[in-house]
Amino acid sequence: MISEKEVKHIASLARIGLSEDEIEKFSKDLSSILDFIEQLKEVDISGIEPTAHITGLQNKLREDKIENFENKEGIVKLFPEEKNGYDKVKSVL
Amino acid sequence: MIRELHNKLINKEITSVELTQQYFDAISKKDGDVHAYLTLTKEEALEQAKKVDEKISRGEEIGIIEGIPCAIKDNICIKNIRTTASSKILDNYIAPYDATVVEKIREAGAVILGKTNLDEFAMGSSTETSAYGATKNPYDNERVPGGTSGGSAAAVSADMAVWSLGSDTGGSIRQPASFCGVVGLKPTYGRVSRYGLMAMASSFDQIGPMTKTVEDTAIILSIISGKDNMDATSAPDFGKKYEDYLTGEIKGMKIGIVKEYLESLNKEMKTEMEKVIERYKKLGAEICEIELPNAKYALPTYYIIQPSEVSSNLARFDGIKYGMRADDKEKTNTADLGGLPRTLLETYLDTRKYNLGAEVKRRIMLGTYALSSGYYDAYYLRAQKVRTLIRKDFEKAFQKVDVILTPTTPTPAFKIGEKTQDPLQMYLEDIFTITANIAGIPAVSVPCGMIEWEGKQLPAGFQLMGKWFDEENLLCVAHAFEVNCTE
Repeated sequence: MISEKEVKHIASLARIGLSEDEIEKFSKDLSSILDFIEQLKEVDISGIEPTAHITGLQNKLREDKIENFENKEGIVKLFPEEKNGYDKVKSVL
Repeated sequence: MIRELHNKLINKEITSVELTQQYFDAISKKDGDVHAYLTLTKEEALEQAKKVDEKISRGEEIGIIEGIPCAIKDNICIKNIRTTASSKILDNYIAPYDATVVEKIREAGAVILGKTNLDEFAMGSSTETSAYGATKNPYDNERVPGGTSGGSAAAVSADMAVWSLGSDTGGSIRQPASFCGVVGLKPTYGRVSRYGLMAMASSFDQIGPMTKTVEDTAIILSIISGKDNMDATSAPDFGKKYEDYLTGEIKGMKIGIVKEYLESLNKEMKTEMEKVIERYKKLGAEICEIELPNAKYALPTYYIIQPSEVSSNLARFDGIKYGMRADDKEKTNTADLGGLPRTLLETYLDTRKYNLGAEVKRRIMLGTYALSSGYYDAYYLRAQKVRTLIRKDFEKAFQKVDVILTPTTPTPAFKIGEKTQDPLQMYLEDIFTITANIAGIPAVSVPCGMIEWEGKQLPAGFQLMGKWFDEENLLCVAHAFEVNCTE
């Protein structure tokens, strides 16, 4: 059972603001999904390696080379708030 | 269908501009009801079609998909075109670059008609979680087209595109393909580059074709597959032409079936599956019973790993670098977090509060919970171990058989609103498709006719799953059914 207090804690970790209705609904939803997931507890996983990559691909390397992105304008246009070509954000200190 | 249209183009029976215009006419006639498209790119499409026509009139050779109209799921970036992933948080997002698959089909000369609707950030099984309204099933507008690639499936099904691209994380290509009576392939994990696909659950996501025929799927796969330095998980495919493997000949091939899957079906679906099995027997395939003892844990395994990856991937949508930003000037009621200035924190909280939908929030929170301190071993690590067991089941099964035959879905298309109240009911939609994503194997849904369901005639499909990187045999078996379907 996920309490409303836990929902609020998870929401803060996930940086999601929630309405009171949502807090109540998610408490129910998450609890029922977690109940469903509980069945994994019956699987014997002793000595089993966790999957890291499903087809077993390892250490794919490439040259560490700087390439210029040709559409910088396209990126600047997407800034929610732009000042002199920079992305303006709220104070971080 | 692609080959026929290609021949018409080179024989000058139709021009690419005429063909493209026909499809836009179909869209304006039908899409008011179906709502498959979010954005149309008419100007660019007609410009590309004109280029192809000029090439043909100059007597130059054209490629197999050159000048043929297609649709792209709206979580795949097309440069300078709005790309929303059906989320309000990307309402104003104009992609600054092309996804690798888009680059490839552009090089091949495809005409892109527009961007298709999906469940928000590809989370759902019905296209109902789209922030821009649900897509309707072309066979019955009161029913869902499936999801998440519901727009891409409906567009092909209703002849509003010759072919389309979708993406599949737990069944998102195959389930809508089955609901809309088209072919849909999820390639092997790594077969197709995901660069430019909005990352959702990175250890499962694959882009794949949705088409009218298996041959068309093979043609598109040959074009979009291959190694890409921009996606570290992509694998080389040595320039395979998958369409060359469609011989129609499957004598002696071994097809595995899972008894419990068939027994779990309702009468109508079971009858369809039995017919499919009979047809394969007639074609000379050997039907073998196989066991996948851990497959029943695929769904709970998925609903730990997938939300965990979602919570991490979707952290980037925070109103800082792009997308919508919100601030309601009120203090948000959450647990206290130290270390962050309140105004910045409020930007994050409000941006995600007002611009993400309920299903997306639910999965982010589920994943955040599963990965949080004290729960990681019990949930995420355990799920990754069960994942290994499921993969081993398939390794064992594929020592015995060439492909595995299952239903794609438990029922035909359900009604709009039927499953939106209970998230678990919606998740159970993916029960047959999800194992292929867990194991990373390729799987295709193939239409097998219409069935009578709740007083309606609705399409049904079956699924074939293949060995890792063995799309050629998988598609060969699918194709053999299709070409012998009318006999």
